[in-house]
Amino acid sequence: MKKVAVIGVGETRFGEHWYKSFRDLAVEAGIKSMEDANLERKDIGALFVGNMSAGKFIGQEHVASLVADHLGFSGIPCIRTESACASGSLAFRQALLSLQSGAYDAVMVEGVEKMTDIIGSQASLALMGAGDQEWEASVGLTFPGLYALIARRHMHEYGTTPEQLAMFSVNNHKNAVKNPDAQFRFEISVEDVLNSPLIADPLHLLDCSPITDGAASVLLATEDFIKKKKIKNPIWVLGSGQSSDTVALQDRKSLTAMFVTIDAAKKAYKQSGLKPKDIKIAEVHDCFSINGLMAIEDLGFCKKGEGGKFIEDGNISLGSTVSINTSGGLKAKGHPVGATGISQIIEIVKQLRGECEKRQVDAKYGLTHNIGGSGASCLVHIFGKEK
Amino acid sequence: MIKMVHRSSIPLHWRLYEPKYKLVGNKCLKCGESFFPPRNICPNCGRKGALKKIVFSGRGTIYSYTVIRTPLDGFEQQTPYVIGVIKLKEGPKIVGQIVDTEIRDITIGKEVKSVFRKIYDDSPSGLIHYGLKWVVIE
Amino acid sequence: MLGIVGYGAYIPKYRIKTAEIAKIWGKNPKEIEKGLLIKEKSVPGIDEDTITIAVEAGQNALARSGINPKDIGALFIGSESHPYAVKPSGTVVAEALNINRELRLADMEFACKAGTAAMQIILSMVKAGDIKYGMAIGADTSQGRPGDALEYSAAAGGAAFIIGKDPAAIIEDTYSFTTDTPDFWRREGENYPKHGARFTGEPSYFRHIIQATKGLLNKVGRNIEEYDYVVFHQPNGKFPVKAMKYFKVPKEKYLPGLVVDRIGNCYSGSSPIGLTAVLDIANEGDKILLTSYGSGAGSDSFSIIVTKRLKEIRDKAKKTEYYIERKQYISYGVYTKFRKKLKI
Repeated sequence: MKKVAVIGVGETRFGEHWYKSFRDLAVEAGIKSMEDANLERKDIGALFVGNMSAGKFIGQEHVASLVADHLGFSGIPCIRTESACASGSLAFRQALLSLQSGAYDAVMVEGVEKMTDIIGSQASLALMGAGDQEWEASVGLTFPGLYALIARRHMHEYGTTPEQLAMFSVNNHKNAVKNPDAQFRFEISVEDVLNSPLIADPLHLLDCSPITDGAASVLLATEDFIKKKKIKNPIWVLGSGQSSDTVALQDRKSLTAMFVTIDAAKKAYKQSGLKPKDIKIAEVHDCFSINGLMAIEDLGFCKKGEGGKFIEDGNISLGSTVSINTSGGLKAKGHPVGATGISQIIEIVKQLRGECEKRQVDAKYGLTHNIGGSGASCLVHIFGKEK
Repeated sequence: MIKMVHRSSIPLHWRLYEPKYKLVGNKCLKCGESFFPPRNICPNCGRKGALKKIVFSGRGTIYSYTVIRTPLDGFEQQTPYVIGVIKLKEGPKIVGQIVDTEIRDITIGKEVKSVFRKIYDDSPSGLIHYGLKWVVIE
Repeated sequence: MLGIVGYGAYIPKYRIKTAEIAKIWGKNPKEIEKGLLIKEKSVPGIDEDTITIAVEAGQNALARSGINPKDIGALFIGSESHPYAVKPSGTVVAEALNINRELRLADMEFACKAGTAAMQIILSMVKAGDIKYGMAIGADTSQGRPGDALEYSAAAGGAAFIIGKDPAAIIEDTYSFTTDTPDFWRREGENYPKHGARFTGEPSYFRHIIQATKGLLNKVGRNIEEYDYVVFHQPNGKFPVKAMKYFKVPKEKYLPGLVVDRIGNCYSGSSPIGLTAVLDIANEGDKILLTSYGSGAGSDSFSIIVTKRLKEIRDKAKKTEYYIERKQYISYGVYTKFRKKLKI
C-alpha cells in the first residue's frame, strides 16, 4: 500500500466567530494549510470536505462545491462526507484511500462547521440529528441525555465517580490554556465542574463540550509526491481504522464499552503494527467527559472500568503515561463538529513536528479518535514521524 | 427555525403508531433474539433469519436513566423530565420517559411498566403524538 | 341478561388542595371547602388528556372482562374535553387498546353525562344483536376559568365499561330526561366554560336528577328503598347530598359512590367513577341506582343488579379506591404548568 503523509496543516481559532461565515472559515483554514505546505492549486487533485449539518446550521447544502468555489478551486473534484461528529475524520480517511488507490498525488481535506448562526437550543436540535430521530429525539432525548445514560450506567457498573469525570474536563482546560487556538483558555477545578448546572444528570455543564465555529484543513500526499517536491517534515499515516454500530443507543449490547472505538482502534493498531503502550499522545473524542473516559479504556490505555482511577492517578496529564488532549480536546479547544476530526489530526501532526511550544510532548507516535453520534461511527488514526 | 421532520410529518408519525402505541416488535425464529423497534433484517442471521411480529408485554427494568434539565426544543413545558433506558422483559432495550415517579425513587434495576401518554404536543394547532412512557411499579 | 362485563376507572395521581387554590385568589379556604364540600381535586399530568385517561380506564375494563379486545364491536367515548375539536379521541384509544378495526365508533359530548349516554348506546347495540360487546367510556380533563368557582372542582378522571352478555352487573333498564336548560356551556374556540351560577342548581341539576330518577323508578316499578347503593352526578359535595336527602337515601347507601370530596368533579367521568367505586365493594344481588347529569341539560338513570360474576372479576384490575388514594400534591404553580396555563 502507498505511504501517505500529512504535509500541511492550517486551522482557524475555535470559538464564536460572529464576524465570519462558513465560507470565510473554510477559506481561512484552507489557505493556511496551502501556505504551510507551500503548494499551489495545480498540485491539489481533489478536495474532501467533512461537514455534519450545514443544512441545519446555515441552511446550506452542497458545501463541498461551496468550499471549492471560494478557495478558487473551481474544476476540482470535491466530495462532502458526513458521519455526524466524525465527519472530519471520515473526510480524512476518504482522502487517504483516494491517494492509496492512485487516483491522486496530493489532496486537501477540510472540516468545517458554523454553529452559532442559530441559537443554542436550535443547534442542539441539529446535533440530535446524529441520534435516532424515530426512537430517541421523538421522546425528548438530547445529546447530553444520551451520554448521561451512558455515564449513569458506567457509574453503576464500575463505580466511576462524578469527580473522576470532572477531572477529565479539568485536564482539558489546563491544556487549552497553552493552546492559542482553543475556545476556552482558562483553568477550571473539579469543584467548578460539580458546581456547574446539571444538564442531564449526572452530567454538568462543564462535562459538556461547547458549541463552536471553526474550520481545519490538512494536505495529504503520497510518498512519490513528497519526494518529488522535497517536502520536509511529513507526518506519516501509519494506521487508519473505521467502524460502525447501531445509531440508537437502545440497540447497543453494552452502554459502557464503545464497540466502534474498540473495533476502529483494533484495525488502526493492526495496520500500524503498534500497541496502546506505544502511544504517548492521543486526541480523544470527549464531546462529554464520560466519552473521553471511555475512550482511554476502549483504546487500551487502561483496563475496562479503570478509566476513572487512571485519570485520578494522573495518567492523562501533559507528559504523563499518555498525554490526552494536549490541544484542550473537544471540551476546551472547542467542538465545531465537522472540523473536530481534522483539528485533532492537526494537533497530533504539530506535536510530532515539535511545534507545540508550551504544551509540547516528546512522542514518536500519536493517535486520534473521533466518534460520530452516541457511538454509531468511529475513526481512529495513528501517525508517526517515521514511515 | 429548524423543524424536526418527524414531528411535522404526518406519514412519518402515522407509519409508526403500532409500535409506538403497542410495543409491536419482532423476533427472529432462527436465533431467538427479539427486536424493538421491529427490524427489517435480523442483524445476527442476516437474510437467513426469519422475523416474526410479536407484541412486547410492556414490563421491564430500568437499565439506566437521566434527568433532562436542558430540554430538546419542543419539550420545554415538560422540563425537567426523566428518560430511562428500559430493558424489556423479553430482552430488547428501549428509551422512554419515566413519569409519575419521584426522581429519588428511580434507581437502576427497578421494575417498570408502560403507560399510554402524550409524547409530544406539537402546538395548539398541531398533531398530538401519543405513545408509551414508563412508571415504576409500586 | 345484558350488562357490565368489565369496568375500570383511572384517576391521575396529582392533586391540588382547595385551600391552595383559595389562597391564590384571597379567599377563605374554610369557607370554600364548606361551600363546595371538596377538599382537593385531581389534576392530570402534563402528558395526560382525555385520550390517555380513556386508555388507562379501558385497559382496566378489559383486564376485568377477560375478553379479547378483538371482540369489541363498538367504542363510544363521552367527554367535554376531547383533545381535538375535529378528529376522534376514539380512534387513538381503539388502536391503543388493540380493539377490532371492524368497529363502530364516534366521540360523544353532553357536558357531564356523555359517558352514561355512551353506555346507553352501547347497551342498545348489544341488545339489538348488532355487536357482541361494546365499550363505553366517560373521561375528562375539565378546566375551570382561573379564579372562577369551577376552578375548585374541575378535575380529571374516567371510567370505562364493557357491555355484553353474561354480565357482572345487569343493566336492568335505563331512563333519560332531557330539556333545553342552558346552565353551563362552552363556545367553540373558548378555553373555559361559562355557567349560570345558582341557576345550575334547582332548575338544572336537581330538576333533571329528580325527574330521571323518578322516571326510572316508575319504569322498573321499584321504590328507591329497594336499592342498596345510589350514585348521583357529583359536581360538588353539596348537590348530590341534597338530592339524596330529597329521596331520603341514607348515608351508608350513597357514601360509597360519593368520591367528589377527594377527587373533584371528573365531568363525564364523575358518576361513572362513583359507579366503579360501588362495583368494587357490592355483593351478589345488590341493586345500584345511578343517575348522571349533563348541563344543557339531561340526566340518564340506570337500574343495575350485581351478579355473582362481579366477585370473580373485581380483583383483576386496580380498584377505584387505589386511584383515589394514590396521590401527589402539587402547588398552584405546578398546576398552572401542568394545565398549560402559562404563556410560553
